[in-house]
Amino acid sequence: MRYLCLVYADEARVNALPQEQVDALIDETVANNEELRASGGLVLAQALEQVAAATTVRVRNGRLSVTDGPFAETTEQLGGFVLVEARDLNEAIRIAGRIPSARLGSVEVRPVIDLLRERSAP
Amino acid sequence: MSQDAAPELRERIDSLYRSESRKVLATLIRLLGDFDLAEEALQDAFVAAVERWPRDGPPANPRAWLISTGRFKAIDRLRRRSRFDRMLGELAARLDDRPAPDPAEQDDQALEDDRLRLIFTCCHPALSPDAQVAMTLREVCGLTTEEIARAFLSTPPTVAQRIVRAKAKIRAARIPYEVPPPGQLPDRLDTVLQVVYLVFTEGYAPASGGAAVRPELADEAIRLGRLLAELLPEPEALGLLALLLLQDSRRAARTSADGELVLLPDQDRARWDQGRIAEGAALLERAISSGQVGSYTLQATIAATHARAPTAEATDWDRIVGLYDLLARADPSPVVALNRAVAVAMRDGPASGLALVDAILARGQLDAYQPAHATRADLLRRLGRTAEARAAYRRALELTRQEPQRRFIERRLGELAGGPGDDDASRASRR
Repeated sequence: MRYLCLVYADEARVNALPQEQVDALIDETVANNEELRASGGLVLAQALEQVAAATTVRVRNGRLSVTDGPFAETTEQLGGFVLVEARDLNEAIRIAGRIPSARLGSVEVRPVIDLLRERSAP
Repeated sequence: MSQDAAPELRERIDSLYRSESRKVLATLIRLLGDFDLAEEALQDAFVAAVERWPRDGPPANPRAWLISTGRFKAIDRLRRRSRFDRMLGELAARLDDRPAPDPAEQDDQALEDDRLRLIFTCCHPALSPDAQVAMTLREVCGLTTEEIARAFLSTPPTVAQRIVRAKAKIRAARIPYEVPPPGQLPDRLDTVLQVVYLVFTEGYAPASGGAAVRPELADEAIRLGRLLAELLPEPEALGLLALLLLQDSRRAARTSADGELVLLPDQDRARWDQGRIAEGAALLERAISSGQVGSYTLQATIAATHARAPTAEATDWDRIVGLYDLLARADPSPVVALNRAVAVAMRDGPASGLALVDAILARGQLDAYQPAHATRADLLRRLGRTAEARAAYRRALELTRQEPQRRFIERRLGELAGGPGDDDASRASRR
């Protein structure tokens, strides 16, 4: 089963961190990803540009609407994601708990629906 | 047909349903991997028992019979539905390929493991606290949706929807049916204990509604606490059961004959249940002897100190304040600080307690917490500061949602209105 771990953090807080702490966080994140890859748990991990770079796309009544910014204003913003392979939610939670940014913000764990597999099954 | 011919067998099946159905369900969930499928299989198995036992005679091992019959019926059901959905056919084949459970393996240990798996799954932290409570009462205790709705002053459709959503999340997010490994056990057990204590509190001191006590809910929580202490005798599980029993020992004394609330200092201690107190004290000793004293064990120690005291005045308040100091270190919550302030007021007088309560309220955390204002009002009343006491009681009344509590506060307000003002005579006459 695949789970998408969405990493949320308060950007203002991240931006206020001293550079050496940012560097340490990045080093720790890279090391954690390598460890996860070696154990077979990692599918893909990427950091995202800040929400100022986000665009929200919706289609309403057949019309495409494009708006500036993320889908909702919250105190924490989506800052990255880690797509993991895990046996069940407990293992996914364990993996999410090891993501260094979980300490700074929060990680939302979402089961991934494999659309290709669903379509080919019946 | 033969149902009337064997009423004693019918009765035996009914009694088996009461004693075994939750255990059989817990095992069927493991074997079938799905809550709804297991529920249906459980009902099918008992229907089959009612049909076949009068004809064929009861089996030697009814529990194993119910489990294997339920499993067979579930596979059968999936096969029949698979005419419309091929995936169900594949699922049925997969379940059928697995070796049938060996009746010899359906021993007590295996069943107990399944019951623990069920408890930990129902109390999984990925479910909302409301859903944890509803799932535990429904699946582990076997309460109906109507009973759960009545207990929590909700409606059956709301509770049913909560359960449906929880089961859907268990399925979609793949919450595993397992007892957490040792490393995660303390945290996960804590969630389970919280659910049990929440059920108890809602029974022993309901947050709202017409009754001062809901006995069936308190009893259910104690049954759950016993089950946990038996299956997983961790120190805090023992501590929680001790706490429930020691608090519950006062249940009969907490209300008057006409259902009015009686506070601890005014209770008739002859009505405290000595059997509960002895059992709680023994469990508490076992919990403490482990050397790990958690917050439930500390709270049980406080309850045991009350249980030992012949009167409110003769209570060892110094020890109770000390225990609250320890508890505040383990659980630094404003509610613990409030309870500590009450004990300080009993030890050092209402003025000392009031200073602490005012400081807690000034931090703003308990502003909407009824007991904080009721406590403050009581301390002001005891100090003879009538006008301020009345204002505090009125604030408490705004936050009161339980009828006996509301009547209690209205009585206090009535007494303060009828009595003399804030003079020395009234001050001297008060506690």
